[in-house]
Amino acid sequence: MKQQIVISGMGGQGVLFATRVIAEAAVEMGLPVLTSETHGMAMRGGTVISHVKVGPFRSPLIRPGQADAGLFLHEENLDIHQPFMKPGGLSFINTAGREGNSSLDATGLAAESGHPVIANLILIGFAVRQEALFCDGDTVRAVLDRISPAKQLDVNRKGFETGFGFSR
Amino acid sequence: MNPLERILMGNEAIGRGLVENGCAVAASYPGTPASEILASVVDFAGETGAAIHTEWSVNEKVAYEVALAASYTGKRSAVAMKQVGLNVAADPVTRSAYLGTIGGLVLIVADDPGPHSSQTEQDSRLFALFAKVPVFDPSSPREAKDMVGEAFALSEKYELPVMLRPTTRVCHARQNIALGEPARLDRKSRFERNVPRWVATPAFLTEHHRRLNEKLDRIAEEEDFHPRPVSGKSASGGRAVVASGVVFAHAREILEDLGLLEKADLYQVRLPYPLNRKFVAGLRARYREVLVLEETDRVIEMQIGSDIVRGRGTGHVPRQGELTPEIIERTLREYLDLPGEAPSPGKGKGRRPSLCPGCGHRAAFFAIRDTFPGGIFPSDIGCYTLGMNLGAVDTCHCMGACISQGAGFYHAFAQDGPGFPTIVVTIGDSTFFHAGLPALINAVTQGARFIVVILDNGTTAMTGHQPTPALGLRADGSKGPAVDIAGLVRAAGVRSIGECDPYDVEKMTACLKEADRHMRAADGGVAVLIARHPCIVGREARRAQRVFKMTVTEDCIGCRSCIEDFECGALVHESETDRVRIDENLCIGCGVCVHACPVGAIEAEGEKA
Repeated sequence: MKQQIVISGMGGQGVLFATRVIAEAAVEMGLPVLTSETHGMAMRGGTVISHVKVGPFRSPLIRPGQADAGLFLHEENLDIHQPFMKPGGLSFINTAGREGNSSLDATGLAAESGHPVIANLILIGFAVRQEALFCDGDTVRAVLDRISPAKQLDVNRKGFETGFGFSR
Repeated sequence: MNPLERILMGNEAIGRGLVENGCAVAASYPGTPASEILASVVDFAGETGAAIHTEWSVNEKVAYEVALAASYTGKRSAVAMKQVGLNVAADPVTRSAYLGTIGGLVLIVADDPGPHSSQTEQDSRLFALFAKVPVFDPSSPREAKDMVGEAFALSEKYELPVMLRPTTRVCHARQNIALGEPARLDRKSRFERNVPRWVATPAFLTEHHRRLNEKLDRIAEEEDFHPRPVSGKSASGGRAVVASGVVFAHAREILEDLGLLEKADLYQVRLPYPLNRKFVAGLRARYREVLVLEETDRVIEMQIGSDIVRGRGTGHVPRQGELTPEIIERTLREYLDLPGEAPSPGKGKGRRPSLCPGCGHRAAFFAIRDTFPGGIFPSDIGCYTLGMNLGAVDTCHCMGACISQGAGFYHAFAQDGPGFPTIVVTIGDSTFFHAGLPALINAVTQGARFIVVILDNGTTAMTGHQPTPALGLRADGSKGPAVDIAGLVRAAGVRSIGECDPYDVEKMTACLKEADRHMRAADGGVAVLIARHPCIVGREARRAQRVFKMTVTEDCIGCRSCIEDFECGALVHESETDRVRIDENLCIGCGVCVHACPVGAIEAEGEKA
C-alpha cells in the first residue's frame, strides 16, 4: 500500500487534527506513515497544508503531480494546492457553492450540527465513504475513539458520521 | 498496532531521544520550528518518571549557559532553540568548544530553509564549522531521535558540545517511531576546580584551541561517520550525489521513483562537520563530478573543496530558498541528463495570516495608529508582527530590537530640531524579558524620548503558549516566583508608566496621549505603557471576558474602512449587498470593532447567548 494525501485549509480549520487522524489510521493498520505540517505564524488564519504519505516513503513532502487524494477545507486554496494532485487523483472539496460527487458544504453541515469545528472530520468521512483513502470507516472510528479527548469524542464521532453518511 | 510504536513529530522524537538517553537538564527558549522539543521532554519525563530539570529560559544564551554548567558536573544536558536563537547564544557556544564539556551536551538548533517562520535562512552547520563544534544533520524524525544518542556519545568521548541540526521539514514531520526505555544513568553531580580550564584566561587559550583542533582532526577520522554509498554501482559515468538532512530523503525517494537507485551513486552525510577525510579523498579519487545537495549553505561543498564539486558554487543548486522535492527533482534530472520535467508547484502563497478575531493586540494597534497618524512604529518578533496588516508596524528586526531602534530613531531625528516624530514601539511580554530589558535601560540612560508599549498577553502566544517569567509558572507546570513587568520597568529608570486594557480604546488612547506629553516635557524621557489583555486563544481567558452580540446595521455604507483599518477576520464584505457582515463562526464578541466604523454602523448588544 502506498498513498499520498494532501490536506489543505486555513489556520484554525483543524488541518492538523485531520492530519493526525489519517496518520493514526495508518498506524492502526500497521502501515508506515510520514507527514509534514505547517506550524508557526501561518496558523493564525493563513493558508496551511499537510502532507500524509502512507507506505515505504522517505521524504515527508509530496511533489507536485503526485497526490492520490486531496482534502480541501477551503476552496480559496485550490489554485495553489491543486497542482499537488496527480492526473486522476481524487479531490474532496468543502464548498457552499458547486456541490457534486467530490464536494459538499462541510462548513454548513458543521454549523447546522452546532459544532462549527468539525468540518474537517465531515470531509474525512465523506472521502472515506467513497473509498478514496487507504483506510475504511471502522479504522477511522477506532482512531477517533483512541485519540479524542473524552469531552470531544461524541462531537468527533458525529462529524465523521455526518460526512460518512452524507447523501443528497 | 505496535504499542511500543507511536507517531512522533520530529521535535517530539528529539525530546524522546533526550529522555531515553539520560538527559538530566534541558533548557530552551521557544521559537518555530524548535518549540515542541522542550515540551515533549516535559511530557515524556512525566510519562516515564525520568527526573529531568526542564526550563523555558529567559533567552537562548541563558538556556545554553544553564545546560553547559550542568554538563560540567558530569550530567547529560541539552539545549534547544531555533537558528536565530543561536545568534543570541553565540557567545557562550563558541567559548565552550575551546573549554569543552564533561557530561554530554547536545545543542539542538532547528534551521528554517524557506524560511517559513524566521528572519533569516542561515545554516547553523556553517555556524558549527565557525565555532568548531561537530554537527549532525538528520533526514527524518526517526533519525533525529537516533542521532540524539550518537551526539551524547560523541560529546562524552571528546568532551565537546555537539550540535544536532534538524530543519523545519524534520521538526514538523511526523513518523511512526519505536519507543525505547529511558536510560537510568544515576550520575551524581561533582565539580572539580580547574582554573586553567573553567576560568581560562587568554594565556591558556592557545593550548585549548590546539586541543580543540586535535579533537576535530580525530573526529574527521572516525569510521562511524565515513559515509558509504546508499545505492548505485558506480555506473553513472563517474558521477555521484552527496546529500545531507531532509534533502537526502527527497533525493533518495526521487531516484527510486525515477528508477535510478541502481544507477546513481548516492551518499548520505550524517555528520557534515567535520567531514570525514577518507570520504573526501575517496570522492576525489573515484568521481569526475559530485553533486552536493544540502541546506542552506555550502558546508559539505566547501570541505570537499575541489573542482569536482557541483552545487551552489557552480550554479547547479539554487543559492537561496528551501530545496523542495520538485527543485531536487529538477536538479537531479539536469545533473543526470534525464529527459522530462519535474511538475511545477501552484502559484501564489495563499491567504496571509492575521491576528485572531478578538486579539487584544489588534485593539492596541488600532489605538496607536489612530492616536499618532504621523508616528514611526518599530515592532518586534511575535504574533504582533502581524500589526503590519493594520499599518501599525514599520520595522521588525530581531528579538528586542524595537526598543533600541526606537532610541536610534529618536537620536537621529532629535539632531534636526525639536519637532521630532512620535515613536511608538510595540514589544510582547516574552520578547521584553528575552532582550528588551537591556535595550530599555540603555534608552533611559541615553536620554531617548519615545513610547514603549508592552503588549502583555500573559504568554508566548506565537510558539504555542509557553509561560513567561511574569506568570510564575515553570515548564512542567509547577509554580514559581513571578517577576513583575511594571516593577522591572520602574527599576530601569522609567518615570512614566501606564497600564490599561487595550479593549478599552478610550482609556488606551488617553494613556498614549499622556505618554506623549511625558515624552515631550522638559524633563521627559522614555514612557512605557503596559497594554494588558490575555491571549484569547486560551479557553480560560475567553470564558472570563464579556461577550457581545455584534451586528452591522443598515447604515453600513460599504466603505470597507473597518476591513482595511481594523483587519479582523470576522468582518466580511459581501459583494451582493455591498455591506459588511459579521462572520458568527469567527467573531468572539470582543466588541472593539464598534470603534472601527466611521458611520457607527457596527453595534454591540449586551451579552451574547
